[in-house]
Amino acid sequence: MKYRLRVKRFERGKDREPYWSEYEVEGEPTDRLLDALHAIKWHQDGTLAFRRSCAHGICGSDAMLVNGVNRLACKVLLKDLGPRITVEPMRGFPVLKDLVTDMEAFFAKYRSIKPYLMPEGAPPAKERLQSPADRERFDDTTKCILCGACTTSCPSFWSNPDYVGPAAIVQAHRFLFDSRDAATAERLVLLGPRDGVWRCRTIYNCTDACPRGIQVTRAIGEVKKALLYKSR
Amino acid sequence: MEIIHHQHEAVIVGAGGAGLMAAVHLAGRDVAVLSKLYPVRSHTGTAQGGIGAALGNEEEDHWEWHMFDTIKGSDYLADQDAAEILAREAVETVYDLEHWGLPFSRTAEGKIAQRRFGGHTREFGKGPVMRSCYAADRTGHMILQTVYQQSIKNQVHFFDEYLVLELLISEGRAAGVVALSVADGQLHVFHAKAVLLASGGCGRIYQITSNAHALTGDGMAVTLRAGLPLEDMEFFQFHPTGIYKMGILITEGARGEGGKLFNGLGERFMEKYAPTLLDLAPRDIISRAIYCELREGRGVQGKWYVHLDLTHLEPEVIEKKLPDITDFVRTYLGIDPLKEPIPVQPTAHYAMGGVPTDNDGRVVVDEKNTVVPGLYAAGEVACVSVHGANRLGTNSLVDILVFGRRSGRDIGRFLRENDYAPLPPQPAEGAQELVERFRAGAPGNGAGESVAAVREELQAVMMDKASVFRTAESLTEVRDAIRALQERYQRVRIQDRSRVFNTDLVEAIELGFLLDVAEVTVAGALARQESRGAHYREDFPKRDDVNWLKHSLIHRDPSGALTMKFKPVVITRFQPQERKY
Repeated sequence: MKYRLRVKRFERGKDREPYWSEYEVEGEPTDRLLDALHAIKWHQDGTLAFRRSCAHGICGSDAMLVNGVNRLACKVLLKDLGPRITVEPMRGFPVLKDLVTDMEAFFAKYRSIKPYLMPEGAPPAKERLQSPADRERFDDTTKCILCGACTTSCPSFWSNPDYVGPAAIVQAHRFLFDSRDAATAERLVLLGPRDGVWRCRTIYNCTDACPRGIQVTRAIGEVKKALLYKSR
Repeated sequence: MEIIHHQHEAVIVGAGGAGLMAAVHLAGRDVAVLSKLYPVRSHTGTAQGGIGAALGNEEEDHWEWHMFDTIKGSDYLADQDAAEILAREAVETVYDLEHWGLPFSRTAEGKIAQRRFGGHTREFGKGPVMRSCYAADRTGHMILQTVYQQSIKNQVHFFDEYLVLELLISEGRAAGVVALSVADGQLHVFHAKAVLLASGGCGRIYQITSNAHALTGDGMAVTLRAGLPLEDMEFFQFHPTGIYKMGILITEGARGEGGKLFNGLGERFMEKYAPTLLDLAPRDIISRAIYCELREGRGVQGKWYVHLDLTHLEPEVIEKKLPDITDFVRTYLGIDPLKEPIPVQPTAHYAMGGVPTDNDGRVVVDEKNTVVPGLYAAGEVACVSVHGANRLGTNSLVDILVFGRRSGRDIGRFLRENDYAPLPPQPAEGAQELVERFRAGAPGNGAGESVAAVREELQAVMMDKASVFRTAESLTEVRDAIRALQERYQRVRIQDRSRVFNTDLVEAIELGFLLDVAEVTVAGALARQESRGAHYREDFPKRDDVNWLKHSLIHRDPSGALTMKFKPVVITRFQPQERKY
């Protein structure tokens, strides 16, 4: 079956304004959008730029705006997009070229929340014990692949690029609710100020956008609650 | 074009588990990590089922049993001193990961949970053992995240989205690398005392593969181009359960939790091929069994797949312990694995061979283990050899971490004891020519070859003639086909001429790497006239320890021809026996 793709194009340092390219590709309804993008790149237009690697929704390379919502190109099928598909880069990150965005600021925010376990005391000879229930407490947020789909679907982030954003909060949540971590106070201090969790207006775009099905808004809510209890 | 020069004591190429583990163990030194992808995109992240270590949390286990299983699984080609290190150090490595925060699944007592995996047994082969330590079915994702977190904590210096083009060797020592910054098309020379190759595998030489698009054998190819050998490249593992046509991995953990394989007649065919371990036999044996069933017409509905059935498992086991593969099957096949069996076929998964190293990751070049000072390799790009002719499931994660760490530690020692080797004159000349050739556009009439066409033909012919079953005839055909493709590669031109994020250029360079690696794989397979582990020659169906209990070393001589040498296998505790499961 034939699919028409409209792709937003731009090259930093060359184009003053973005423009659109239209392509027609032959595809199976069960093909991934990534397959269609490859069909274009490999057989029609080698200049089209996008990132990809694992092609099955784990590496997080190919988040993009597809028919107006953030998706991983490798995890959305053509049959779910219809015969006319509009593809744009994620919103709110500077565009390097076509669907490739500059993610440096995104990763800087990730680093800012100290994304590593800070336990108390020296480790035991074997593993630290953790009950299945304690492990379950933060299971959802361990799934994050740092693709950027949540952060770039967030209107609060669009209006204020300094907002730390859902992805970094999800990553902080993963440690805040890990029974082995002892740096709750230190992390909450990082998330409390103006550009921290309170920028979240509970719009739920992030949760809809997450290709890993993480309850992002709920996780942010739990971090807000932790901050409130702490200040009492 | 202007070249940017850098000097760092050590350069690590690749930011998956092996590269990051080494980087963390070099914390405080002047180390640059070059990665073709953002580090969290590395392929370590797609490993699913677990990391093997004899913790004994679920039932009795010993590292000696793990060592034996690794050696038997390797069809006795693993170097046994290396397999011993792997099995012993796996245990402390898993505890280290836990201490760094890795969210392992837990037993009721709160210990690290473990499950069964192919070829892992108790008491030297008596029956399956629960040895695979897991975090649901995203163990690799959690390992990659955890080691990346530690590298952030230790302020590792990253160069993200840099593609290595050339390995610099001068006066017989490592001197650095040349790399392309993908974002702006700039060439960079990195002068270093020590270089660690940790760039992963080369599964993209095959059409159906579990491997990411990025796995184009870069580290192996630049080593070969530097005049150094590759070891045991004829051994390429096909994982039995890739999603039909797509090759996406369905973890062996699915069978570890009780999943079963059925052919088109509804028969549990593994009863014929591995009566003791059945669906938990090692991967080479199951992949071959599936190919036999398919070739004899017992695929499902006459098609090129069999069924992996999980429908008899408790829904909670599937949802809690195998959530990601459940999601893949629902997303890509529209099938609910709770209710319907999954169509699977063998998928190209893992290169047992690679850049030859000793047990500290030092690259060696001959049968006497002569070291190239300052050059290291770890992870799938390397061949220690711990996996021999066939790797056991969970052992790749052990390998990257154990030997990544050992490499990091030995590089630390090397940096203290050594100064920089001089850079070769005009170090970026070769890389510059390579890049300019593609960017310059088609000469004369404009009729260039396309990257995609050459690559697709390579992948198809490798899949057809150099995969699970091989013969002299099929391998000769693929060897000749690769020669023709290499000639066409000289005429490859790209459409994108820009310097900004030119993935057209990246793919053209990667195709050159793929062709080199495929050529060596086939040369090794053609030379090895026996069947061992993943290398199965229909014209030589038996293992031949008298003539072939040895590693192959293939390098390209200055005339361009491939030359083969051999290296003995280190045997310590376990004499080779017939391999039955």
